[in-house]
Amino acid sequence: MKLVRKTRQIPKSLLSFKPRTLKKVILYLALGLGATLYLFPLIWMFLTSLKPAYQVLNPNPLPNPIQWNNYPDSLTYSTLDFAKYYLNSGLITVLNLIGTLLSSTVVAYGFARLNAPGKNLLFIVLLATLMLPFPVTMVPIFALFNWLGWVDTFLPLTIPAFFGNAFNIFLLRQFFLTIPTELEDAARIDGANTGQIIYKIMLPLILPAEAAVAVLTFQNTWNDFLMPQIYLKDQSLFTVAQGLQFFRGSLNPQWHLLMAASLMAMLPLMALFLIAQRYFIEGIALSGLKE
Amino acid sequence: MRNPVSSNLTRSKLIEETQSASGKKNRGGLRRFFSRSGNTPISPVRKRRYYRKGEVLAFYLCILPWLLGFLIFIAGPMFSSFGLSFFRWDYFRPPRWAGLDNYTRMLDDEDFWDAVKVTFTFAAFYVPLSQVIALAAAVLLSQKLKGISVFRTIYYLPAILSGVAYVVLWVWLFEPDHGLINLILSWFGMQGPRWLSDPKIALAALIIMSLWGLGSSMIIYVAGLKNIPVHLHEAAQIDGAGPINRFFRITLPLLTPTIFFNLVLVIIQTFQSYTTAAVATGGGPNNATLFYLVYLYRMAFKQQEAGYASAMAWVLFAVILIFTLLIIRSSSLWVYYDGQRKNEG
Repeated sequence: MKLVRKTRQIPKSLLSFKPRTLKKVILYLALGLGATLYLFPLIWMFLTSLKPAYQVLNPNPLPNPIQWNNYPDSLTYSTLDFAKYYLNSGLITVLNLIGTLLSSTVVAYGFARLNAPGKNLLFIVLLATLMLPFPVTMVPIFALFNWLGWVDTFLPLTIPAFFGNAFNIFLLRQFFLTIPTELEDAARIDGANTGQIIYKIMLPLILPAEAAVAVLTFQNTWNDFLMPQIYLKDQSLFTVAQGLQFFRGSLNPQWHLLMAASLMAMLPLMALFLIAQRYFIEGIALSGLKE
Repeated sequence: MRNPVSSNLTRSKLIEETQSASGKKNRGGLRRFFSRSGNTPISPVRKRRYYRKGEVLAFYLCILPWLLGFLIFIAGPMFSSFGLSFFRWDYFRPPRWAGLDNYTRMLDDEDFWDAVKVTFTFAAFYVPLSQVIALAAAVLLSQKLKGISVFRTIYYLPAILSGVAYVVLWVWLFEPDHGLINLILSWFGMQGPRWLSDPKIALAALIIMSLWGLGSSMIIYVAGLKNIPVHLHEAAQIDGAGPINRFFRITLPLLTPTIFFNLVLVIIQTFQSYTTAAVATGGGPNNATLFYLVYLYRMAFKQQEAGYASAMAWVLFAVILIFTLLIIRSSSLWVYYDGQRKNEG
């Protein structure tokens, strides 16, 4: 009996070893193929951005000599002034971050922790606004800002952020609900008011969710094209996105410079993503899977 | 649900203790939401709700920013937009009553029908393609392999780059004579098409372009796959079910709530695509990529047809609403929720 068992065991483990390795190889091949497809456009872009002008249309992908000058050159090509556009985009993004973090946190806390008549109805209304397509409100909001004389200022692109964003409110509320109430109750007994509870007790606890909101807000504001296109007509007020579009629309696009400019426009997002990847993914997963 | 306390907190120990002491009763999100918080017990006799002193005021103060924003930037504009759709207005002169003209005008507007056709065609291809690819990628990325997080980063990267730079990059890749895509095709002896300037092929180019950035759907699928209990797979494996069988009989049915969520999200987004077409083609050639929103933008801000644009926006809203409702209504047929059995089992 014992002998038979032993002889059986050896080929079995050998057999189970083989398909597993094969499976791994196939999986890695599939993953590698996908990764190539996902990365190659970016690599191609990088290579083009380093080429001298006369090599851009040459099928040889490698730049020779490597021309780093394309990067500073692309910033001031023709009438473009990207330094200015980066300042504009940066200012708009920072104001959106401040506005949405301040307001959405407080609103989300209210919906998560405080009770009042009408709360459930208001929360349903909040969720319903998530479904509303932006074009439905686009024209009257433009008319309003136009009437206020806010066209060609950053106000239409920043002020609304201070009134909270339904998606962020929902995301933060979901997170508040996972935190036990004991700490707040204790603080309340000690005489803390709601403001103190939010900023002194809750804020440290929900920092991961705030980070998720922050990175998603950064991404959306930085990438936004429609809103700046509606409100910013003056070239000195352009955002980076608008500058790129203007560059692309110029008659004879210098692809090497355009790629350098595009890559630089992507850089802040790429850097943020590599540093705070966890929060991008959490933000999306959190909003997607709870209730 | 994950522990919300991040490890870098100095007070985290104390907090964790209170958390574990509080146990499970605090985890029920919905129950928490519908019951009152605080430590005064609910009276079992009377159903009247009690509020802490100042709680009602605190609630309304907290949500005041959103409430104001809702009135100024959503409710008000929605109301005016609906009203405007019955007027002709150029933002300057006083609006003129137009009755249903803006709506009937759509029926004869060839550009409008082009926009509808383009948007539906795009959605008909992009929505299923993106979901199948995202799910396949998510299954790959859910494998327990060394270095899988690096792959996850790579697969998700394009999704955060969505925007003008993303589109400009793809315009260069699609460049007919020197772009990467036609270069690769030429290695196989194929003559690549003039992607973005050929009316027959431009929309296909935009679909391919958009598929590069489907990371959000993918991440939601990865999260959904994580929630599928391993023991079901193990049990099926012991019973001799192969990986393909297990995918279609276990993974897919249990993933239907995630698929449902993704579908609603992607459909809402797809009907409102703008940047891709606006930057890559401007709606051309010959209206071949005239996305609904590109046409709406043109009407609203180039032709100054505020009334007509508003009417178009309401039609879009109605279409999105109908599609969402259709998916929700159909969900009882194909979405599987825990604790609820389908007839066929």
